[in-house]
Amino acid sequence: MQEQLVFVRNQMLPPEAPPPGQKGIARWMRENLFSGPMNSALTLLGLLAVVWLALHVLPWLMHSVWNANSLNECRQIIQDRWGEGATGACWAMVRERWHQYLYGFYPQDMYWRPNLALLLLFAALAPVLFSSLPRKMLWITALYPATGFWLLWGGTIWAPVVAMMGFVVLWLVFTVLQPRLGVPVSAGIGVVAAAVWWMVLQAPMTDALQSLAPLRIRAVDSRDFGGFLLSFVIGVTAISASLPMGILLALGRKSDMLLVRTLSVGFIEFIRGVPLITLLFTASLLLQYFLPPETNFDIILRVIILVTFFAAAYIAEVIRGGLAALPRGQYEAADALGLDYWQAQRLIIMPQALKISIPGIVSSFIGLFKDTTLVAFVGLNDPLKGITQIVRADINWKGIYWEPYIFAGALFFLICFGMSRYSMWLERKLKTDHR
Amino acid sequence: MKKSVFLGTLSAAALIAGIAGAATLDDVKGRGELICGVNTGLTGFGAPDANGNYQGFDVAMCKALAAAVLGDASKVKYIPTTGETRFTALASGEVDVLVRNSTWTFMRDVDLKFDFVAVNYYDGQGFMVKKDLGVSSAKELDGATVCIQTGTTTELNLADFFKANNMSYTPVTVADDSEGQRQYLAGACDAYTTDASGLAASRASMPDAENHIILPEIISKEPLGPLVRHGDNQWGDVVRWTYYALVAAEEYGVNKANIEEVASTTQNPEVKRLLGVEGELGEKLGLDKEWAKRAIAAVGNYGEIFEANIGSGTPIGLARGLNALWTQGGLQYAPPFR
Repeated sequence: MQEQLVFVRNQMLPPEAPPPGQKGIARWMRENLFSGPMNSALTLLGLLAVVWLALHVLPWLMHSVWNANSLNECRQIIQDRWGEGATGACWAMVRERWHQYLYGFYPQDMYWRPNLALLLLFAALAPVLFSSLPRKMLWITALYPATGFWLLWGGTIWAPVVAMMGFVVLWLVFTVLQPRLGVPVSAGIGVVAAAVWWMVLQAPMTDALQSLAPLRIRAVDSRDFGGFLLSFVIGVTAISASLPMGILLALGRKSDMLLVRTLSVGFIEFIRGVPLITLLFTASLLLQYFLPPETNFDIILRVIILVTFFAAAYIAEVIRGGLAALPRGQYEAADALGLDYWQAQRLIIMPQALKISIPGIVSSFIGLFKDTTLVAFVGLNDPLKGITQIVRADINWKGIYWEPYIFAGALFFLICFGMSRYSMWLERKLKTDHR
Repeated sequence: MKKSVFLGTLSAAALIAGIAGAATLDDVKGRGELICGVNTGLTGFGAPDANGNYQGFDVAMCKALAAAVLGDASKVKYIPTTGETRFTALASGEVDVLVRNSTWTFMRDVDLKFDFVAVNYYDGQGFMVKKDLGVSSAKELDGATVCIQTGTTTELNLADFFKANNMSYTPVTVADDSEGQRQYLAGACDAYTTDASGLAASRASMPDAENHIILPEIISKEPLGPLVRHGDNQWGDVVRWTYYALVAAEEYGVNKANIEEVASTTQNPEVKRLLGVEGELGEKLGLDKEWAKRAIAAVGNYGEIFEANIGSGTPIGLARGLNALWTQGGLQYAPPFR
């Protein structure tokens, strides 16, 4: 038997290299770009489009000029360097006016204030966004509205301090009454108490404290805010205020109480049925007619309030979607544990509903942040249209077209892309299912 | 701020009427600051510069007014207003005076209840074409494509003009001036139409200005001027006569440089009254004697303001045209100071 066995392979053959055309770039291209006549045609068309774009945009970008004092000077430099008829980007405008795009007309010697406010904003946001940080840092978050306001607008420090004390009043009333009256009633009484505090005691307290300990920095008028500073102020305030408001509205809409439900539905549907520009015009124009001429109802505050309402209505619907996606068993389990309504919401329902709603919430926020440019229509200096119009009104830069849009667009992209990445990270981190 | 929010909301209904008629002059004096509604940005007429300081032909009027009323041309708070918000800002009392290249029309004067106190710039709608189109008159534009800002009176004027001359045109609508200029340069339209002052500014900023001409026809009347609310005539008088003081100063050769000298040496009784050397015109307005002198010293006379912001010495290079003094064939004419 053994003689008949001429050859026995006692080891595996090494794998053959795939035939040419089945490996490396050639295979990748065939599979991904030229897998059929239709896809090949589309690939070629796409390539043509890319080449066409590059041919038109690249020379323009390559011929960028950073040092010039006017558009005509830019054009002159481009002609001298790259010959007659050459076109190029004139970034010299950005170089001269970047501070207006970032800060509007905020006094230049006080740029450190918005800068510091931005830094503190990150410090305040960090414990909210990243749960690994120590919980004590939440105090920075709680105090940030007052510090941020004071840094940006200036004036006496006691105004924001006394305003914050209103929240302390709210909290005190709430904690004292809550065991006896329950959450909604004690919260309502707390809000009323805080409102009384702000209306009746705010001004005299501020004046009294100011005369006792005069601590003030130079005040900056709202009208001096502009550019990305304005977008941030409106965007950040509206985003942080609209989330709790949206949660309450979403719960209100699912409530069994007729009045609460009707009011929530009415609010959400009304706000969602009206374009944001209409609300901005209401803030800027209509309110002026209802208020006495000398009232100092700040335009930015008016805009923030209405933008917050607008965002809250959308957030409410997004969160309602999250609530609807929760299985009934979760509600029943919460009931079975003997939790009351607010405990169930806080411990069982909301953490899950919010997790489901993260993509929707973040895209609402991104949309809201970009919508802040609409304030240009009520005469505020948003970075896209307002500041650009001012730059173009300068005879030196009149006729500049793409550069301001590209500059503002690039900054918006960076910020919105950052938000979107964070939301993806958060989704991955909170992922508990095993799908 | 919080306080005023709540108080404002509460007292809104009660205070809605009647307040707007109150004396603006006293408000301005009490506040120590003039609130001036200006354009969000119009070349030469009103826009903040790189340092955020408002400059321009209309802005000079605000400064003159602040100098006359408050004695300091820098005590102005500028509120930028858009085409949509400007009239509400004035009507609601958010601004004291609106100097924002607004055309004086019947409806705005009567129906919107404003007073146009004077005309500081006589504008009109014109056309710009490329030289190689071979057109020398707007009447030869039959069949042309025209870039036009949508939703403006210029759109209506254009339709009227072509209908009246029995011509046809294809409109290319654009959203604002920068887009119009861009479309026109890109060849999307044969002609670009807007106010002649705007055309001149656009042309000045073009890479090949010499290849573009502004046609001689002016197809509409656009008298632009400062306006105030109806019913506060004292304040209206202050604005009106501050403006006329600037015009009269040009007529009598009083300017920023020589004003002190003229005030001390002039023999002309009208100039003496104007500069407060004689008479008490200022007191009659509710101001002091030297109101007009301060206004002129702060911004110069009408001719100086024109030349510094939009005149032939600037890149915009507007000719005086209708805005020359009446003695030089224009329409700027100040009533007598007596």
